[in-house]
Amino acid sequence: MTIDIRNAPAGSAAPGSPTTGAGEPRAAQRTTPRALTWAQVRSALPGALRKLDPRVLYTSPVMFVVEVGAVVTTVLAVVEPGVFAGWIAVWLWATVFFATLAESVAESRGKAQASTLRATQKQTTARRVVAAQDTPAARSRMDLPTVEVPSSTLRVGDVVVVAAGETLPGDGDVIEGVASVDESAVTGESAPVIRESGGDRSAVTGGTVVLSDQVVVRITAPAGSTFVDRMIALVEGSERRRTPNEVALNILLTSLTIVFLLAVATLQPFAVYSGSRQSLLVLVALLVCLIPTTIGALLSAIGIAGMDRLVQRNVLAMSGRAVEAAGDVDVLLLDKTGTITYGNRRATEVLPVAGATPRELAVAARLASLADETPEGRSIVELVDAHHPSVECGVSVGSEPADPTHTQHSTGGVGLPDGAELVVFSAVTRMSGVDLPASATGGVRRIRKGAGSAVELWVRGTGAQVSAADGEQLAALVDAVAGEGGTPLVVAEQVGEAPARVLGVVRLKDVVKEGMRERFDQLRAMGIRSVMVTGDNQVTARAIAAEAGVDDVLAEATPEDKLALIRREQEGGRLVAMAGDGTNDAPALAQSDVGVAMNTGTSAAKEAGNMVDLDSDPTKLIEIVEIGKQLLITRGALTTFSVANDIAKYFAILPAMFVTVFPQLDALNVMRLASPGSAILSAVIFNALIILALIPLSLRGVRYRPASASALLRRNLLIYGVGGLVAPFVGIKLIDLVVSLLPGL
Amino acid sequence: MIGVHTAVLSPVVAAVAQILVLVAALAAVHAPLGAYLARTYTSPNHLRAERLWYRVVRVDPDAEQRWTTYLMSLLGFSLVSVLFLYGLERLQAHLPWSLGLAGFDPAGAWNSAVSFTTNTNWQWYSGEAAAGHLLQMAGFAVQNFVSASVGMAVAIALVRGFARSGTDARIGNFWSDLTRGVVRVLLPLSAVAAVVLMASGVIQNLDPHTALRTVEGASQHVLGGPVASQEAIKDLGTNGGGFFNANSAHPLENPTPLTNLVEIFLLLVIPFTLPRAFGLMVGDRRQGWAILGVMAGLWAASLALTTWAEMAGPGAAPQAAGAAMEGKETRFGLAASALFAVSTTATSTGSVNSMHDSFPAPGGGMLLFNMLLGEVAPGGVGAGLSGMLVLAVVAVFVAGLMVGRTPEYLGKKIGRPEMTIVALYVLTVPALVLVGTAVSVVVEPGLAGVQDPGPHGLSEVLYAFASAANNNGSAFAGLTTGTPFYEVAQGLVMLAGRFVPIALVLALAGRLASQTTVPATSGTLPTHRPLFAGLLAAVAIVVVGLTFIPVLSLGPVVESLS
Repeated sequence: MTIDIRNAPAGSAAPGSPTTGAGEPRAAQRTTPRALTWAQVRSALPGALRKLDPRVLYTSPVMFVVEVGAVVTTVLAVVEPGVFAGWIAVWLWATVFFATLAESVAESRGKAQASTLRATQKQTTARRVVAAQDTPAARSRMDLPTVEVPSSTLRVGDVVVVAAGETLPGDGDVIEGVASVDESAVTGESAPVIRESGGDRSAVTGGTVVLSDQVVVRITAPAGSTFVDRMIALVEGSERRRTPNEVALNILLTSLTIVFLLAVATLQPFAVYSGSRQSLLVLVALLVCLIPTTIGALLSAIGIAGMDRLVQRNVLAMSGRAVEAAGDVDVLLLDKTGTITYGNRRATEVLPVAGATPRELAVAARLASLADETPEGRSIVELVDAHHPSVECGVSVGSEPADPTHTQHSTGGVGLPDGAELVVFSAVTRMSGVDLPASATGGVRRIRKGAGSAVELWVRGTGAQVSAADGEQLAALVDAVAGEGGTPLVVAEQVGEAPARVLGVVRLKDVVKEGMRERFDQLRAMGIRSVMVTGDNQVTARAIAAEAGVDDVLAEATPEDKLALIRREQEGGRLVAMAGDGTNDAPALAQSDVGVAMNTGTSAAKEAGNMVDLDSDPTKLIEIVEIGKQLLITRGALTTFSVANDIAKYFAILPAMFVTVFPQLDALNVMRLASPGSAILSAVIFNALIILALIPLSLRGVRYRPASASALLRRNLLIYGVGGLVAPFVGIKLIDLVVSLLPGL
Repeated sequence: MIGVHTAVLSPVVAAVAQILVLVAALAAVHAPLGAYLARTYTSPNHLRAERLWYRVVRVDPDAEQRWTTYLMSLLGFSLVSVLFLYGLERLQAHLPWSLGLAGFDPAGAWNSAVSFTTNTNWQWYSGEAAAGHLLQMAGFAVQNFVSASVGMAVAIALVRGFARSGTDARIGNFWSDLTRGVVRVLLPLSAVAAVVLMASGVIQNLDPHTALRTVEGASQHVLGGPVASQEAIKDLGTNGGGFFNANSAHPLENPTPLTNLVEIFLLLVIPFTLPRAFGLMVGDRRQGWAILGVMAGLWAASLALTTWAEMAGPGAAPQAAGAAMEGKETRFGLAASALFAVSTTATSTGSVNSMHDSFPAPGGGMLLFNMLLGEVAPGGVGAGLSGMLVLAVVAVFVAGLMVGRTPEYLGKKIGRPEMTIVALYVLTVPALVLVGTAVSVVVEPGLAGVQDPGPHGLSEVLYAFASAANNNGSAFAGLTTGTPFYEVAQGLVMLAGRFVPIALVLALAGRLASQTTVPATSGTLPTHRPLFAGLLAAVAIVVVGLTFIPVLSLGPVVESLS
């Protein structure tokens, strides 16, 4: 057995409080967004040169035409050397090179990530369970006979044992045991996570390291096509296929290229007719300036960078198609628990009945909850401590609490007295509570909390006569809390053998995360309908939905309901996105157009989704949608910019070409460019430099702010349409001021 | 009376007044006629006459056709039309009512047969000297009806593509669409129009052309013929083939300023009304308004520029003469000539009431630009709406990207197959125009027809091919096209310029009809707002502009700057 030292917890991972990851803020960004650096450019140079190979370049028709033009002008410059011809050839090559450079830089970012990942792929030795002796009984005892095999020979269905300190030999599901695992190599998250059999946290990833305990894992992916393998392929872009929209745009660009080829090719006969035959050099220069080189050069870089932006946010898209689909999403399904709310109900208020004081109720509720380790119980203690700081337990406090762990949450509060007996929640009584030992002030004090009907039953059982008025008041309180989406928890107490009495109600409530309403408002602005999915009943679900600001609710939802909802939306032509982690979610994830699986989830879920979020943060769907949109917007903006540029280029080049035979065309030389030669060369240089200037934008993406479609269109038309019209007039003029100083032009 | 009134009005007031009258008339019929058109093509009922006709030609008018069948029916019908017309022209001398005129030569017969079948109506011949009454009535007039109806059928099929959801590419029945277009729309409207024209002085008889000796002893040629009936459909169907050589400049075709206005109304009325039918058929009238707005805006801008060039424009000759009256009819004057010229080139009509060759350079360039725009503002009957909708798909694609969604128009996603079709459509006509013109200005037989050397000659050739490829049919004059070279070349260009785009439009229609309609959400780009309409207009101008700026700069631009 070998232990991968590099992945040992020392340094990188601090074992401590293991987190499940779900909904937790991320400890550290795996990669901070990087600006374009010289080092990146330098490392991308070899790749850029390799991409000049016409056999590679022909997939981009626009740049292929430029390359052919560059070859032609180079030949012309060699055959008939001249300053003008030489410069044109140089700048045409520069145009092609800037395009391949953009793509190469975009890819290089992924390559760095891939090499980090590849380090996790070291050959390890797996302890494979001998199949014949693999029985459930043996498994639970964790003493399975194993043989050591290289991890690369593992097949799907093999069962392996992995102990603390060992590297997981492949992707799989934990089928026995529980362990803390350091997944930082894959997720960048340094805090270890818990992986256990059964439930929705069973998936383990090859290359990650078990920190404590021992688990039995069934392998679910053959060597060579594991999660990490796919990640590497994705970030390297080696599996990159053009997305549907990119293909459609390429068709538009190709047809524009053909139009301009025609326009330039037929210009020669017209020039001959007009008595002003043009040199091939000038025609090539005109052609390159007119065809949409800006977008043609940056198109693939935009696509690669879009995927890269997702990776930077720790999301792995299994296909570019899914990223594009994300921009089109119409309906977003979000689980209530953990996504919209904090996942646990929290106490928010104490509501005493008549005859009890708020203080009485608070004291009792606190005492009943001190030993209650559920999040709800803890939240009651926190609420009372925060809002009723003067509360005394009403019992002597001299002694140490029964169990130190039970008091760690009652910050500075008072613990339970000695001899307190816990009454744990049971499905039969549907109550929990505490029995305090008899003290000077009275007999044994029993406090119970639970659902209204259960507590009422208990109270009556102690012989209490509940008056009709009291009963109604309690019922009103309970109904009011339930109607507002909360869960009413009734608290009662019995001192000695006297009849018990109801003290009041604690309001337990799902607490909506901060900022959710704003996020849903953003979604609405983007035209996306949000649907909250929950197992709660209609009343509770609607109340929370209203508070969070989601558009719709699927209450009392089973996995089948979820699937049916997705199908229904899709039949109406809508695209659906959802996030999920459980095995139950797998069918819905597979059915949805954009299915984001949580990395903490089961392998079934990860297999079914077309994206995996390594941070396991369901709200990231919103960011994914934004990235999808940003991808399309960047393409559209640069296409518009590219085409709008042509008008200025005509103004630069056409007068230069024909001013000798038609002097009146000088009126069109609105930029007052120095000479025909400098005008043409300046346009060519501008055309090349604008590619270089826009590389950072294509890698970063056009800024996207959620807004209505009309507002977005207006804004982008203004910036990239009108801007594209004006910018080259300025740019070409400035370049001409320099170019006109060149000797021999 | 009209003459008296215009005499007291200033030319500018008169120009504005006749435009206002025209616009008011078009606006008045817009809603009712649009609704009628939509009903014509969606009603499940057949008229008795139609049923009889379907039985005679043995077609099932209720059988929904896939786009390929629809196209095959259309091409088959058009092929028969070309052959029939070709035969009629060649055999004219042996047929009755030929007025003793000889048959056409093969090249000329080919050219005219194609020209009328493609709704171009380019005429290399002089009507009164070459075509007898039978050829005019049974040949040319029939094609005036059916070629117009074919154009409308294609546009309606495309509209059905947008309106339908999830069919297996079925887009209607060609025979039913063709028949209804003729029987329910073109025949009744042109009958009314013919009566109005007759009442205003256009002739309608079967008399031969006769030579007379006047009282003063001079010899005069008195022309006869069924002119009013043909004039009505010539304009209504945006055909443009004149009964006489002088077309709508001839006093027997277009005698008064009133008939002039009526004819302009006729050639604009269906193209400007189809967007309404479109809006109704796709279930959102606002979409129709947007398309209409773009068409009207471009038409108005073109009219304003041309009229300005006519009335105040630059140029040495007009300034010396006081006005650009060369090639104009004095009974119409400058403004009415400009209005007619813009309307005839902005539709695919091509009838003329003045010689476009004589327009001042900016005006002539504008007329050329109207055609190069693909005749979409408002364009030929049907062809204009089809062309504008294809441009809308391009605009939606670019705009859709810029709002971050896969582009969709009227609930149809614009993906790779749609863009391929649209890209080919946008390429076809410019390719025909540019290649045709380029070949003609370098080969000997092409140059032989050019009257004026230099930039104006280039404009003449460019105009001829723009007119042929866009199926307009108007001539710039100045260019002699009655030669085998131009007859054959123009014929080929007309044929390709008509049927390649039609095939692509039908393919697009089929593709769209088989798609499921996506419901609009608040994230969908609205395509009925002024912002999108403006973008669509810009796309139309920029796509054309960028393609033709080089050649235009050597023709009309150089001329204008002189």
